[in-house]
Amino acid sequence: MSVVIDHRPQRQPAPQPPRVKRDPAPSRLKYRLERMWLTPLYRRVLRVGLPAFLAAMTAGIWLADEDRRAALTDGIAGLVEKVQSREAFQVKMMTIEGASPAVDKALRGMLPVDLPASSFDIDLAALRLQVLRLDAVESIDLRIKPGGILSAVVTEREPVLLWRHARGIDMLDAGGHRVAGVTSREMRPNLPLIAGEGADMATEEALALIDAAGPILPRLRGLVRKGERRWDVVLDKGQQIMLPAEGAVTALEAAMALNRAQDMLGRDISVVDLRDPSRPVIRLGLDARNTIRLARDMLPLGPDGKVIEKKKGG
Amino acid sequence: MAELYQTQRAMRNMRRAALQRGVIGILDIGTSKIACMVLKFDGTGTFRETDGVGPMAGQANFRVIGAASTRSRGVRRGEIDTMAETERAIRTVVAAAQKLAGVRVDHVIACMSGGRPASYGLNGEVVLQSGKVTEHDVASVLAACDAPDFGRGREVLHAQPVNFAVDNRSGLGDPRDHAGNRLACDMHVLTIDGDLIGNLVQCIRRCDLELAGIASASYASARASLVEDEQELGGACIDFGGGGTGVSIFIKKHMIFADNVRIGGNLITQDLAQGLRVSLPVAERLKTLNGGVEATGRDDREMIEVGGDTGDWESDRRTVSRADVIGVMRPRVEEILENVRQVLDAAGFDHMPSQQIVLTGGGSQIPGLDGLAARILGPNIRCGRPLRIDGLAHQLTDPSFSSAVGLALFAAHPQDEWWDFEMPAEAYPARSLKRAYRWFRNNW
Repeated sequence: MSVVIDHRPQRQPAPQPPRVKRDPAPSRLKYRLERMWLTPLYRRVLRVGLPAFLAAMTAGIWLADEDRRAALTDGIAGLVEKVQSREAFQVKMMTIEGASPAVDKALRGMLPVDLPASSFDIDLAALRLQVLRLDAVESIDLRIKPGGILSAVVTEREPVLLWRHARGIDMLDAGGHRVAGVTSREMRPNLPLIAGEGADMATEEALALIDAAGPILPRLRGLVRKGERRWDVVLDKGQQIMLPAEGAVTALEAAMALNRAQDMLGRDISVVDLRDPSRPVIRLGLDARNTIRLARDMLPLGPDGKVIEKKKGG
Repeated sequence: MAELYQTQRAMRNMRRAALQRGVIGILDIGTSKIACMVLKFDGTGTFRETDGVGPMAGQANFRVIGAASTRSRGVRRGEIDTMAETERAIRTVVAAAQKLAGVRVDHVIACMSGGRPASYGLNGEVVLQSGKVTEHDVASVLAACDAPDFGRGREVLHAQPVNFAVDNRSGLGDPRDHAGNRLACDMHVLTIDGDLIGNLVQCIRRCDLELAGIASASYASARASLVEDEQELGGACIDFGGGGTGVSIFIKKHMIFADNVRIGGNLITQDLAQGLRVSLPVAERLKTLNGGVEATGRDDREMIEVGGDTGDWESDRRTVSRADVIGVMRPRVEEILENVRQVLDAAGFDHMPSQQIVLTGGGSQIPGLDGLAARILGPNIRCGRPLRIDGLAHQLTDPSFSSAVGLALFAAHPQDEWWDFEMPAEAYPARSLKRAYRWFRNNW
């Protein structure tokens, strides 16, 4: 392809300005700025300090106004409230399982808010601790179920003993923890009775002793804790079995064996002293002792334990 | 000399401060190119054993973290000609090296080749007062060297004690604690034009940099390209530069002579431009790509298009044979080598125990130069490349960067100079507090 060149003077292209070769050297200002930028302090100030300062200043100026601050806090509070009062977080009812009517009532009374309420307002851990302070409650499982149900599964303590002490009569569970107070023994005649100071600390042993006393259970009036150390088994007709501090169950079983073999407790014996297991001692009743004395031609004893003197003369 | 002592000591302190900070710049101002390297010193040799590089012949305590080179401007025959142009070139190269390194360079060590260097061998002698050489005896023997008149406006660039002698035991490297009555020393002093140093300081100061040291380019390139044995047994380093050819002679690890032949590669380019009637850039390209000094029959048939943009077809389509190029280059190279021969003869290189000659610098890359040099200078010739240093890019390891590398070695391991020793007490002005302090320190 041939190119036609127009040689007419008017049509000549404007002469190209000679290309000025750019100086590769940085200008003095650019050089100084580059060097300044490579200085660590400037670099840090410009890259971290300045943006942080600007952000802090903007926030500070904006927050300097009282109205804006109030609007900000109100906005945040409103937002939190809006989220918390959503339908999904509402608790509408409370279900309680495994509780007696009295505990049920107390539990409902303990709930700090009126239902329906937001689940954020119910502090389950605090509520649980508060409920556990009730004597009748052994454990409680509190949870908020889907559908807005506050579910409480309560395990109540089961009374197995009655404890008579200076301040009244309490029901105890197997671990010795108080369940509730009763006004009189007749309210729970089916429960065995224990008495004495510190008896609640040894309920396990007491239960074992009551188990071991099977044959004489109808005659058993109760167990008495002596000196927070050992037990006395108290039977009707004023009979008493004193047990050692250690090995009490074994000693009682030995006494039961004696009773089975010789009907020991059916005789006139007031006290069976088993405190020293190697040397059981029994104390006879008054009638038996007088019978023995008369047979030996001795003067009988009176109820006070003194010898009745024969009146001389009329 | 006291003034010189003060300025050199100030530069030395600045260099120490820069080494303490860990970053120092190297500036090799040549006639054809300016190179800048940024060295990072870490003192403990943490960089050792990186990517399979060994201890680097004891040079492992520093690392090149940025290097750049640019075409030199405003420098003629190794001397600053146009200050503003040179300043711009320095700014270009320093900015590029700084950008690569990512750190700011405040202190630079510079070297220059020109300035008509002149070598002097001085000797001095003192009587030992205590019968033993002490630290201040060394200082006083260096001060006792009788300096000749260097001429107007000459400045001392290097003043290195080369040899010490106690009584008649000569060749001592370190005379301290030797017993004897007399201490003598030989010192090598290299002077150059003072104006040149002043111009250099001015240029560097205008770039917001501080001059922390100055060295002769011949010395620096010898430090980089002579191996340890050559420095110990005796050797000459010939640095073919653009504006001049540096010659330095080493023995016992000390430079004993340095000079500069004022014919360099630029003159070869100029010859080519004149002889073949081509422009200077084309001549430079011909020299570097097709240059040589030994013509063979094949070179007659190897035609090179020289090109051009004159608009004249005949002129622009011209070709020259490689033999033509060699024919122009060879006489000039021979002339350079003849001049080097004269310099070496004047220095008494023939009497050296080992006469190893190492060719380095950009001009030493001319093919066949070692053969030609062997014929003119002597049989033991090799082309030398600078020592490997850690972190230097591969394209900066060719012979033209040997003075920059040598300057880096000079920064890392400076040799003893006269000003590294304390000035003797007598040299301080009378009634000086410092003089009294010095006297007490030496005598108590």
